[in-house]
Amino acid sequence: MFGYYFDLARRSLIRSPILTAMMVLAIGLGIGASMTMLTVLHVMSGDPIPEHSGQLYYPHLDARPLSSKDDKNAPDPSANLSWIDASNLLRAHQGDRQAAMAGGSVLVRPAQTSLRPFFETGHYITADFFPMFDVPFRTGGGWTQVQDEQHERVVVLNGDLARKLFGDTSATGKIVRLQDTDFRVIGVLNDWYPQPAFYGDTSGHAFGKTDEFFLPLTTAMDLKFDSNGNMSCWGSGGDQRTSGECTWLQFWVSLDGPTKVHAYQQFLEDYWRQQQAHGRFARPVDAKLYGLLAWLDHMQLVPGDVRLQLWLALGFLAVCMVNIVGLLLAKFLRRSGEVSVRRALGARRRDIFLQFGVESAVIGVAGGLLGLGIAQLGLWSVRHRPDDYAHLAQMDVSMLLGTLVLAIVASVLAGLLPAWRACRITPALQLKTQ
Amino acid sequence: MEIRPILASLRKHRIPAILIVLEIALACAVLCNAVFMIGQRVVDIHRSNAIDERGIGVITVDGSDPKMASSDIPRNLGRLRGIAGVQAVAVTNTVPLSNNNWGWAFGATPDSRFNDAVNISAYFLSEGGDKALGLQLLQGRFFSSDEYADSKRGSMPLVDTHVVIITQSLAERMWPGQPALGKVLYSKPLAYTVVGVVADVLRPFVNSQKAWYSTFFPLSPDGALSYYVVRSAPQDRDRVVRQAQQTLSELNPIAVVKGHSYTDIRERYFANMSSMAWMLVLVCVVMLAVTAFGIVGLTSFWVQQRRRQIGIRRAVGATRGHIMQYFQAENFLLSTAGVVIGMGLAFGINLYLMQHYEMERMPWYYLPGGAIALWLIGQFAVFGPARRAAAVPPVVATRSA
Repeated sequence: MFGYYFDLARRSLIRSPILTAMMVLAIGLGIGASMTMLTVLHVMSGDPIPEHSGQLYYPHLDARPLSSKDDKNAPDPSANLSWIDASNLLRAHQGDRQAAMAGGSVLVRPAQTSLRPFFETGHYITADFFPMFDVPFRTGGGWTQVQDEQHERVVVLNGDLARKLFGDTSATGKIVRLQDTDFRVIGVLNDWYPQPAFYGDTSGHAFGKTDEFFLPLTTAMDLKFDSNGNMSCWGSGGDQRTSGECTWLQFWVSLDGPTKVHAYQQFLEDYWRQQQAHGRFARPVDAKLYGLLAWLDHMQLVPGDVRLQLWLALGFLAVCMVNIVGLLLAKFLRRSGEVSVRRALGARRRDIFLQFGVESAVIGVAGGLLGLGIAQLGLWSVRHRPDDYAHLAQMDVSMLLGTLVLAIVASVLAGLLPAWRACRITPALQLKTQ
Repeated sequence: MEIRPILASLRKHRIPAILIVLEIALACAVLCNAVFMIGQRVVDIHRSNAIDERGIGVITVDGSDPKMASSDIPRNLGRLRGIAGVQAVAVTNTVPLSNNNWGWAFGATPDSRFNDAVNISAYFLSEGGDKALGLQLLQGRFFSSDEYADSKRGSMPLVDTHVVIITQSLAERMWPGQPALGKVLYSKPLAYTVVGVVADVLRPFVNSQKAWYSTFFPLSPDGALSYYVVRSAPQDRDRVVRQAQQTLSELNPIAVVKGHSYTDIRERYFANMSSMAWMLVLVCVVMLAVTAFGIVGLTSFWVQQRRRQIGIRRAVGATRGHIMQYFQAENFLLSTAGVVIGMGLAFGINLYLMQHYEMERMPWYYLPGGAIALWLIGQFAVFGPARRAAAVPPVVATRSA
């Protein structure tokens, strides 16, 4: 039966090639534009660390005075912690693992004279960072809390920087000069570039190869290395970084199971009250504990532009769909005579409906294939854009299948009304006027 | 032109009529908002910036020893002045649209904190910075040599001086309707007297209407100054930038030295926006084409369905013009219904976007603009089918199907 309907659809579509081409083109363009933007949104809002995201939490405290107002255009100062609060949370050791961190860029001075000095971005972190995020090492490993406390000059390099500095030879144990200080390389990562770089200050660059080195936060403080990312202050103190009135550090804690999460939440609230007793934290207690994905959502990693483009693409798809409904209606009703003959020969309404449904689906498949091509073209153009998320714009299998399904669903939906109208044709009237 | 017969016939073909109206309404709503977004981006990209954009080159020197700044900077500037074609040289902490923002908040009263303070960007200039950037003085004066020499920074985020030059926009924001000269910008415990007002210079990082809230401070050689600004005639600029970059990297072997013309810096800053604007243009064009084709398709179907009626009308005396007009008028009615709904929809979408994204209110003239565009497209699309309808010979009426 389907084979027969399929054959009928093929004949009918070939009979009016221009109309068919236009319908396929319309659905292809609509699907292509929508899928391009959906893919970009999909890759940008993906889970950067699927095995562990369920156990990772970001504590949210707000040490600002009451008078500080929120500025919609500026990064949220309470998204980060001050040095004092981060140190307190680290020392309290209430989670399974916890680490404080800040992004930074340092001048790398290669030993070989062929390379000029260059700036590289990385993170200043505490010891638990590596085991907590299950960071994959190619060689060597991280450092211990004792090394943190001793402000040791050790560094872990990411894949790209290690290759750039030491080629194919093992970097572990080598010395690398950062700013004006020698650091011993104790580990090399296996090209670890989670997308987005969820752990850092995501109000800046969160996509792309953001971090090429990791070194102890205490050491970076010691050497007064510059930090990147947003630093917000409200005091008028001297050295700002160690004060409790400047927020610039990110803090992550891993908690296994809901009881521990609940306990940590309780601990944060107690901490807030305790700080109030010391004359800090003027605001009413409002400690939050975000899960990793909730935190990324809170930080709104997907730029407004991308969402706007998605809306635009969906609006465009809607225009295309209405267009196809109209064209299918015209096409099906034009064949009233044919329908009437079939009805007169015994075909039921259901059969007519099915026949036109199959025809819509055939258009959908063709449109979907075209849409797939257009989406690939769209993604290719996104990849050539200057945004930092550009290189991510690749389709995975699920989006590939999604495109086809969306195209078929869209075209069958578009075919519903015309097919229904066509099967309501009164055969007698049509046959008489013929 | 009688409208009633057209309405009567549309009532018989309700679904195709509704589809055309719906399509035009959707297209109108999307078009208005997309064109508005394009317009906003074009405005952003063309924001004025009162420095000599075409004559300036910027060379950044990062990683030199800040302790040596007081001797390095005069030496560097001296060597740059020696390059043929250089008209003025200075060093600053950042330049407009560099993305490297030195932000601070100032109020108009000594007690201003948080609530009424205004976020600004600070530019620190070495002596001659006004000439090197090509600032345009509107009121007051530029800094004196003493003010440059006396201004130090040390470990402070701002400079230790008491004078500031601000842009016109900032002057109007801080003291609306009053002369800004002699007024004081406060940020406890700091206070700076306005000695000059310059034409609007963009901030290093631009958002919304606050794009021009820039301030300028004098500063003696200091580690914070790392953007060497070299000004020359536009035709010499690229050569001067190359030579300046080479000179500075020879003088500062341990530092990272990079040179760009200012036009490159501006272009790079707005690259995202212009690629987005082009994408929007493309979507609009394709969407209008799809809409036009939909109208062609449905009207052709209609014409074919009514061949007999057309023949009868022709037979009883209607001219070809009458038939053309009939279809054109019909399309005009449908388009009108479409754009009325579309304008309402466009307005609603704009309100939604304003709530959820950084979007401004769409000026009213975008709505009739979009309406006219769709009217024209409708008439354009209906022209072909209408002509075919007019070509139906009267003799059709006498044939039985």
